[in-house]
Amino acid sequence: MNEAPLWSVFINACLINNFVLAYFLGICPFLGVSSKLATASRMGVAVTFVMVVSSICAYGIHRALIALDAPYLQLISFIAVIASTVQVVEMFIKKVSPALFRSLGIFLPLITTNCAILGVALFQTNKGYGFAQCLVYALGAGAGFSLALMLMAGLREKLELSRVPEVTKGTALSLILAGILSLGFMGFAGLGG
Amino acid sequence: MAGTLPPEAPLGTDEFLKGLWRENPVFVQVLGMCPALAVSNSARNALAMGLATLFVLLMSNLVISSLRRFVPREVRIATYILVIATFVTVVDYVIQAISLDLHKALGAFISLIVVNCLILGRAEAFASKHPLGQSALDALGMGVGFTAALFSLGAVREILGNGTLFGLSLFHEGFQPWVVMILPSGGFFTLAGWLLVFNVARERRTRVAATGTAEAAS
Amino acid sequence: MTGAPVLEAAPPPVWPMYRALVGVGLLCGLLIVSVFELTRPVIERNRAEALRRAIFEVLPGSESVATFRALGDAGFEPLAGEPGGARLVHAGFDSDGHLVGVALEASGMGYQDVIRLLYGYSFEREAVIGIRVLESRETPGLGDKIETDPDFLANFESLDVSLDAEGARILHPIEAVKRGAKEHPWQIDGITGATISSAAIADMLRRSTATWISRIHRNRADFQRGA
Repeated sequence: MNEAPLWSVFINACLINNFVLAYFLGICPFLGVSSKLATASRMGVAVTFVMVVSSICAYGIHRALIALDAPYLQLISFIAVIASTVQVVEMFIKKVSPALFRSLGIFLPLITTNCAILGVALFQTNKGYGFAQCLVYALGAGAGFSLALMLMAGLREKLELSRVPEVTKGTALSLILAGILSLGFMGFAGLGG
Repeated sequence: MAGTLPPEAPLGTDEFLKGLWRENPVFVQVLGMCPALAVSNSARNALAMGLATLFVLLMSNLVISSLRRFVPREVRIATYILVIATFVTVVDYVIQAISLDLHKALGAFISLIVVNCLILGRAEAFASKHPLGQSALDALGMGVGFTAALFSLGAVREILGNGTLFGLSLFHEGFQPWVVMILPSGGFFTLAGWLLVFNVARERRTRVAATGTAEAAS
Repeated sequence: MTGAPVLEAAPPPVWPMYRALVGVGLLCGLLIVSVFELTRPVIERNRAEALRRAIFEVLPGSESVATFRALGDAGFEPLAGEPGGARLVHAGFDSDGHLVGVALEASGMGYQDVIRLLYGYSFEREAVIGIRVLESRETPGLGDKIETDPDFLANFESLDVSLDAEGARILHPIEAVKRGAKEHPWQIDGITGATISSAAIADMLRRSTATWISRIHRNRADFQRGA
């Protein structure tokens, strides 16, 4: 059983081991969505929500698989749950706010292959977190993801107006930005203990 | 005007070669980096990760290509994911059996191969529409291209960040490694660096080709 | 005016979908289970081997191992089957069957992420006689020196954790000090440039010894039986 205190789990997931800037998870949407601050923040909220739901289900599945002594089904069940959650969230958003649904466009179904969500499920299982810790971990991961996404979007919006060498335009520039952000986030290490 | 096109390369080798350079998954299509970047901090890890992905890519392409007439359109994504997840689970256990040390270094990132957009992308774009032989070649090409890209990342990061390659020391005692290269930032910078190299190379090629056609037209 | 009547597309047949999903599902399940069963003995063997090697490292001189599990609040019994979440303590015996000491795990938050280590305790010397880092993600080149720096590792050749007169508490809790400032056998000389990582090691050892050493010492006889 992992005895880390809840606040430490949150800070760890959000800042110290930020899913995007430390683990490189979730960069596909990171590089694709992050050119506008508004879309970035909405994407962040959607991802956080899916993360929390999947995290809870992953915890349940993990306990069930241990009881059934079938650990090898873990990956398949996690993926199935995440895919279903995304479907449900998609239908929910479509019903509740069609405007939001339209602005998110293609990126909503892309959340299914968002490495960060599966990453949350897998990491929390490996660390042996209890239920409350899983919840906090997912919230922290989502918050960290949204934070990174919004920072990138803000920076890229500014960069649109600057002169940069032709060859770097596009992905290369975003990656360099991400690298600098990642260096900055290293300053948070040591907060946990 | 007409009839000046060069003869087409035999279909077989082209399927394989396109994955290496022209449509290299990491550097050109910018696909599938996600799960692998975090473990590209050393040549050994990067190579292992690349080979594991190659295995999953090849096996899933084979299976999906053989089942392509059997799976109705509506459930195809679900079946693809099922097949890919199966082979990823297989690779996970095989790596554990081969080397616990390697498995600990790669950790959960092996399982994350399942969300590598590259594999699902190839399944949907190619394997579901082409026969077995071509799908296998496509998977091999993409997989080797991916492994080569990952390895170039891992090698640069390990050489600059640790002064070693595969654990063997390359420089003399006084070498001060650039620790940043082993950190996540180093991963971003190195990938950006390689992308820049590729971009410059491609731009040069198109410029040469453009001047070539301009001369031919004049 | 009116165009051609719009034909409703017939809903896709359900049977081929079920057939595909269930068929593929069964094939995949079969494949996974076979690979799992095939690799399981190899993996178990590797794990046991790795654990033995770690234990021999933290209990120098030991040649055989017996594993015990903690019983509620009392003593320890030999492990039979799955640990089921109970704390495991490994006893090491030398070639003559004498108890060299016991090894157990400790973990705690390091600089970057959680660090897990195995440490060995000797009854005769009432000290930690070895550590081996099992899992760490500290800063390469700096924090990861906890695994390689020979001066740092020398701290753990005999780290005093003697108990008080009643055998209930550790007399001097382990603490980390700046490099070179070590005066007492219960202190750890830190690593310059990796103070947090070194302090983390001291922290987790202090907490683990405070919780377990007195209990382990009291129930020494439980471990002798395993020889």
